[in-house]
Amino acid sequence: MKKFVALLLAALMAVSLFAGCGASGDEGTTPQTEATGSASGDEGTTPQSESTDSANAGSEAPALKIGMTGPLTGSTSEYGLAVRGGMEIAVEEINAMGGLQIEFRAEDDEADGSDKAVSAYNTLKDWGMQIFAGAVTTGSSLAIAAETVNDQIFMLTPSASAADVAMTGPNIYQMCFTDPNQGASAAELMAQEWPEAVIGVIYDSSDAYSSGIADGFLSKAEELGLNVAVDDAAFTADNKADLSTQVTQCKDAGCDMVFLPFYYTEAAQVLTYADTIGYQPTFFGCDGMDGILNVEGFDTSLAEGLVLMTPFDANATDEATVSFVTKFKENNDGKIPNQFAADGYDVIYALYDACVAAGIDGNTPAEEACQLLQEQFATLTIDGLTGKGMTWDENGMIAKDPAAVVVTDGVYVPLG
Amino acid sequence: MKQLLKNKNSRTNMITYLVVIVAYLIMQTLNSMDMLGSSVRGYLVPLCVYISLAVSLNLLVGICGELSLGHAGFMGIGAFSGIVIASLLKGTVQSDTLRLIAAMIAGGAMAGVMGFLIGIPVLRLRGDYLAIVTLAFGEIMKNIVGNTYVGVDDTGFHFAISPTKMRLGEGGKYFINGPLGATGVEKLANFTMGFLLVMVTLFVVLNLINSKEGRAIRAVRDNRIAAESVGINVTAFRMKAFVVSAFLAGMAGALFGLNYSAITATKFNFNTSINILVFVVLGGMGNILGSVISATVLYILPEAMRGLEDFRMILYAVVLILVMLFTWSPKFKEATAVFTGKIKGIFRPGKEAGNNE
Amino acid sequence: MQVLQYLINGISIGAVYAIIALGYTMVYGIAKMLNFAHGDVIMVGAYISFCVTNYLGLPAIVSVIAAMGVCTILGIIIEKLAYKPLRGTSSLAVLITAIGVSYFLQNAAQLIWSSSPKNFTSIVTMDPIALFDGRLIITGEVLVTVLISALVMVGLTLFTGKTKTGKAMRAVSEDRDAAQLMGINVNQTISTTFAIGSALAAIAGVLLCSTVPTLMPTTGSMPGIRAFTAAVLGGIGSIPGAMLGGILLGIIETLSKAYLSTQFSDAIVFSVLIIILLVKPAGLLGKQVQEKV
Repeated sequence: MKKFVALLLAALMAVSLFAGCGASGDEGTTPQTEATGSASGDEGTTPQSESTDSANAGSEAPALKIGMTGPLTGSTSEYGLAVRGGMEIAVEEINAMGGLQIEFRAEDDEADGSDKAVSAYNTLKDWGMQIFAGAVTTGSSLAIAAETVNDQIFMLTPSASAADVAMTGPNIYQMCFTDPNQGASAAELMAQEWPEAVIGVIYDSSDAYSSGIADGFLSKAEELGLNVAVDDAAFTADNKADLSTQVTQCKDAGCDMVFLPFYYTEAAQVLTYADTIGYQPTFFGCDGMDGILNVEGFDTSLAEGLVLMTPFDANATDEATVSFVTKFKENNDGKIPNQFAADGYDVIYALYDACVAAGIDGNTPAEEACQLLQEQFATLTIDGLTGKGMTWDENGMIAKDPAAVVVTDGVYVPLG
Repeated sequence: MKQLLKNKNSRTNMITYLVVIVAYLIMQTLNSMDMLGSSVRGYLVPLCVYISLAVSLNLLVGICGELSLGHAGFMGIGAFSGIVIASLLKGTVQSDTLRLIAAMIAGGAMAGVMGFLIGIPVLRLRGDYLAIVTLAFGEIMKNIVGNTYVGVDDTGFHFAISPTKMRLGEGGKYFINGPLGATGVEKLANFTMGFLLVMVTLFVVLNLINSKEGRAIRAVRDNRIAAESVGINVTAFRMKAFVVSAFLAGMAGALFGLNYSAITATKFNFNTSINILVFVVLGGMGNILGSVISATVLYILPEAMRGLEDFRMILYAVVLILVMLFTWSPKFKEATAVFTGKIKGIFRPGKEAGNNE
Repeated sequence: MQVLQYLINGISIGAVYAIIALGYTMVYGIAKMLNFAHGDVIMVGAYISFCVTNYLGLPAIVSVIAAMGVCTILGIIIEKLAYKPLRGTSSLAVLITAIGVSYFLQNAAQLIWSSSPKNFTSIVTMDPIALFDGRLIITGEVLVTVLISALVMVGLTLFTGKTKTGKAMRAVSEDRDAAQLMGINVNQTISTTFAIGSALAAIAGVLLCSTVPTLMPTTGSMPGIRAFTAAVLGGIGSIPGAMLGGILLGIIETLSKAYLSTQFSDAIVFSVLIIILLVKPAGLLGKQVQEKV
């Protein structure tokens, strides 16, 4: 019984925090500045506070509320924080332009894919979110997607790439390639450029993204008659400490082309080990590989000759990319943005363009915005950081050119 | 009734039931008056699930004294078998409630059977060795379900352990799709069912604790050799508690799985097992009401701390450590004992404030 | 030949598990607690080493010493603040506090070093040895890791067997109350154990990241659990057992990936663990304790 004294204290703390959030939630725009203040305080000016000020200054419509969920803590927080960083820049830019103002809020879903994801989403709903620009990971997106269908809230995910996400409902759109498509494009590209290659595939069988691409790749490769010598070199999130066995398997099977459909974190490990044992096939990666050149302490010469299909290149010299990269570095302690950040940035702009075209503002109810946005996205064409002339099909999947690059002297050079 | 209330055990049990019922009534009333936000409404079902899990794990850890680090594994088995059963019964059973109940019972049964099967060899081990084996079981379960493909199409029921071996025909539907987990699950769970689950769990566990068997189980925990010497069949009792605990966790898992439209095997990992264990230890070993309360508080706490953004989890860790120190440290215990002793003295003059835990 | 290569790969990761397991087993043997934060102390050690070499440009050996120093202090602080107040209560309570410490370290690391992965530059500069025309390759990391874990194992065995502090540790491990009666400062001894365990964690962190270069705030948690498994497999509390368990676990893991199934290797590894424990309930080299009536 005595333990309850302490528990009671904890409970009181929880309740007071709870009440604090609830109360400020009613005041509309205030929690925004509060909530982001602590996080982005060290990142310079907060775009949110600007938007709030300008929105309150005039008597016009309140700011449009866009929410996002992603892993902001834990082992995959890297990706969630990148998306959030990209989105914040877009919001900052849009609000500086005047006109339609955006209020942005990100919630942590711990990449959990069930209760935590849904409760992050519910928190945003209580905040008054009109448009949902998440989630970052496939698992969380799948859990939230059905909720958005129910609530009729428009959802444009920056990076959840499983085909099942967009298929959940007509109000769900994707900014990234879907996994099976990406796998198939990779197979087509290989058939075209390296028809003779002996191919090995290493993938993460505990991850939906990785196994989705591997699956798409393998079925397309079978169709195209590619020579796949190793197709079952899988690992899981629990045993990825050792990837040497999988690399050795590919080496022993005589593979001169190794397909790595996973994130750069593990890819850096594969490249390092392959180099140590003097194994030099052509490595072929996907969009998750983007960022490998910017891993702190990574010897970029190991990635020499690496082929990857990425929609974004942080070293590109066009004006939009340069400005984005500069701002991102400013806001994030000099970190170079990867494809996740660029997807996040494009998501906000796509939503902004569609909202302006449809006349959606802070007063439009979420359900109405959802209908209007669906109509807009049927015909919308967007030029963004991750592609030119991007359009969406009736399922909500994106059509953009898969750009393949090869790493030469530490930078991306278009393939071919 | 009066007789019943005199007995301290029954009185504590009554209080436990009452707390849960009152909490349910309050939340349900608020809910029907539409006074709850989406997030609070969203917590209700998972909260009931975690309470049940904590109570059923307490049976194992607190009452039997067996450390289990694989409770989430049973939860996962329950979730996935529940989802498959609920999907298969669609069309044949009309009522959603009946389907949910069937799914929960099936989930519980599957988990119970698994509990029995691994219990046979595993219960020979004790202490930390039992802990590591239950941990191993949880990991095995996660690994297998994460690579399992179960689906149905025109040609019938399909099962495979590799995506390339599994090609469903047109109009086929995956129940479990490897690492993607179960997707497109029909959400059948509701708060009332969650409440009933908690009540059933409490009923089963409290009755087991206060039965003759429960006393035997506690005797085994406190002194196994002495218990054996007076003729208590130690293994049989441990097994019973293990299976019951697994069954209840399976039911809770099924409810959890059917509360979300998608769920992956990775949810049922070591971290989830540990979280449930934290609820149990913080609430007090063998203290059922404690489990209920600590599960509630600790589940809500990180949610309530959302306003802290990036500092949320680090503060949660600090609060967790502090609460553990406050509740368990002998120094603080003495201080609180004096305090609570005085309070008890006010209400029950003439009686010594004894420690009954 | 292939088998040999897989064996060496297995020993490579196994030796890393072994050195982590040594820290686990030592703390368990003496303080009788499962220190789930051990994996995260490893992560801190690796970060310190990374910072010293990459930001200060100091040689690798200095970075290892710095990491050991920081981890030792960290270990002592953790022990003082989080574990010591709970001494004498249920071991489960300490287990939960350790988990709290683990969450704390991971999240603190994320705030300090950000969640972006860093690529750890191996501290081993030795070129790999290629045998049989390059069909069998032994990397320098394997040799160094195996050598260091063997040295640490021997060192620890000698330390607990020969020195006064070491003997005190064994006495505390055997019977805490009796040790106290014999004039051993139990608290002091346990604190020393944590200091040594944390210094070992720093070495383990550097070796782990030399073998597996990705360094993130969660780097230590999975290998930590694996190492715990290894420690139990070898018989928790037994120093040679931890070494044996670690190497064996690494070999089982690699061979099951290579010859049975990559997808199900986790399940296979843990099934083997269960089977071994059923045959030898106290682990391979663990003492079978006779219960007193």
